[in-house]
Amino acid sequence: MTPYDPTADVIEVRRGPNPGGPASIYRVFGETLRGLKTTLGRVVEGPVTMEYPEQKTPVYPRFRGRHKLHRFEDSGLEKCVGCSLCAAACPAECIRVVAAENTPEHQVSAGERYAAVYEINMTRCIFCGYCEVACPFDAITMGNDYELADYTRSDLVFTKEMLLADPIEKTPLRREGE
Amino acid sequence: MTPLLADVNYVEGTLVMIAKSLIIFLFVLQVVPLILLLERKLLGRFQSRIGPNRVGPYGLMQPLADVLKLLSKENSVPNTAVPWMMALAPVISIFCAVVTLAIIPFGDNGAWGGNFGLYGIDVPIGILFYFAFGALAFYALMLGGWASGSKYSFLGAMRSAAQLISYEIALGLSLLGVVIQAQSMSLTEIIHAQHNLWYIVPQFIGFCIFLVAGFAETNRPPFDLAEGDSEIVGGFNTEFGGMRFGSFFMAEYINMIVIAGIATAMFLGGWHGPGPAALGPLWTILKMLLFIVLFIWVRATLPRLRYDQLMSFGWKVLLPLATLNVLVTAILVAT
Repeated sequence: MTPYDPTADVIEVRRGPNPGGPASIYRVFGETLRGLKTTLGRVVEGPVTMEYPEQKTPVYPRFRGRHKLHRFEDSGLEKCVGCSLCAAACPAECIRVVAAENTPEHQVSAGERYAAVYEINMTRCIFCGYCEVACPFDAITMGNDYELADYTRSDLVFTKEMLLADPIEKTPLRREGE
Repeated sequence: MTPLLADVNYVEGTLVMIAKSLIIFLFVLQVVPLILLLERKLLGRFQSRIGPNRVGPYGLMQPLADVLKLLSKENSVPNTAVPWMMALAPVISIFCAVVTLAIIPFGDNGAWGGNFGLYGIDVPIGILFYFAFGALAFYALMLGGWASGSKYSFLGAMRSAAQLISYEIALGLSLLGVVIQAQSMSLTEIIHAQHNLWYIVPQFIGFCIFLVAGFAETNRPPFDLAEGDSEIVGGFNTEFGGMRFGSFFMAEYINMIVIAGIATAMFLGGWHGPGPAALGPLWTILKMLLFIVLFIWVRATLPRLRYDQLMSFGWKVLLPLATLNVLVTAILVAT
C-alpha cells in the first residue's frame, strides 16, 4: 500500500489577473465585445422554440406514455385475459382488474376469461412499464401519448374502452436512430 | 447680442408650435409600444426564443394588452408611504422625458417646404436643456423610492442617487468635446456643423463615453441598479402599481428614444444622409433605431454591474477619459 501523499491530487487553481489598471480596461472591453458576439450568434442561429400546442416534440419509440390495450387484428378479440398479473406487478397499485368468464355467446377475449373491468388510475401511475413486462399476452403496452391533463381526478381513471381506443390525436414519433 | 437662456434661435407661429408639439407627442406615444415590442422580440431572438407572438399578428397587439392590463390595475399605496409624493413621482418622470423630446431635431428648417423646422424647439442652450431635465428626472426616482416607505424602494432610490453622481459628469464632459468643435450648443447648429464629417470620427472617444454614460442615464442594463429586479425586487418602483408603474416604464422608453436622438444629433450627423433634404427625418429615425437596437443588444448581453463597480468605473475610468478628451479637443481646436 502506498503511503498517503497529500500533494498527489492537488489541483492547481489558475485565476485571472487581478482587476485594475489599463490592462483591466482592455480586458473588460474585449470581453464585452465577445459577449456581444455570443448573443448575436444566437440571432444568426435562429430560435429553437417548439411552439407547443401547434408543434409537438416527437417522442422516442420506447417512450413510456399512456397505456394501450390491444385486440387481435384478425378476430378483433381482446388480448387481455383478465389474469391480473399487471395489477400484481404495479408498484403504484393503480390497475384494477375484475375478470369474468367467456361464454360461447359472449366471447370477448381469446382465452377462457376476460377483463370485465380494467381501470388504470393515471393520477397514481408512475409510468414504470412493469405492467407491460408482466403481461403474458402483450395485451397492455405503454403508448406514446403524454398529454394527460384533465379537469377532474375522476376523469383520469381510464376505463377499458378508453384504453382500447386509439388516441384522438397521434403523438409524433421519432424515427429509429434519430 | 448674447442670447438669453430662454431664447430660441428661430421663432415660429403659435399654431405651428402647437401642431408640432402635438405631432411629436403623438408620434412618440405611437412609437413607444412599438419599441417595447421590438425589444421583447429582439430579446427573444438574442436568447434563441421567438418572443411574444400570440396576441395579434406577430404579437403586434402585445403592448396594447400590457397597457390595458396596467390600466385595469389598482394603484395601491402602502401604509408607510407618502401618498401625494407617490402620485407626483411618475408625473415628474414622464414630464422630464417628454420635455426633452422637444429638442430632438428630426429635420432641417424648411426640409419639408414652408418655414418651419422639423423639431420641437431649437434652444441655443440645446444640450444644457437636456442635462437640466435629465438631472431633474432623477428626482422622480428618488422621490418615488423614498416616498414608497419600503426598504427596497429606498435602496433603489439611494442607488439611483449614487449612479447619478458617478456618471452625469462624464456624460456632460463627453458631449463637451462636440460642443467645442461645433462652437455651439444648439443641436441644429451642431448638426449643420457635421455637414462634411460626422463627429463620431473626430470624437470617437467622446462617443464611446457618451454611449456608456447613456446606458446609465436611461437606467437600462447593465446599469439598471436602481431597478435591480433580482436583488431589490424592482427598486424604486416596487410599490408602484397600475399606470403609475406604467408611467415609469414609458418614461424609461422615452428616455431611450431621447438618448438615441441626442446621440444621432451629436455624433451621427442627425438628418444628414444621401438623398434630398426632405428625407432627413427618415435618416434621423433610422439612426435612432440603430441606437435602440444597440441598447437592446447590450441588455441581452451584459449582466448588471455591482454598485461599487459602477462607482469606480464612473470615477476612475469614465471621468478621467472624458476630461482628457475635452482637454485634447480644446487644445486642438484652440491652436
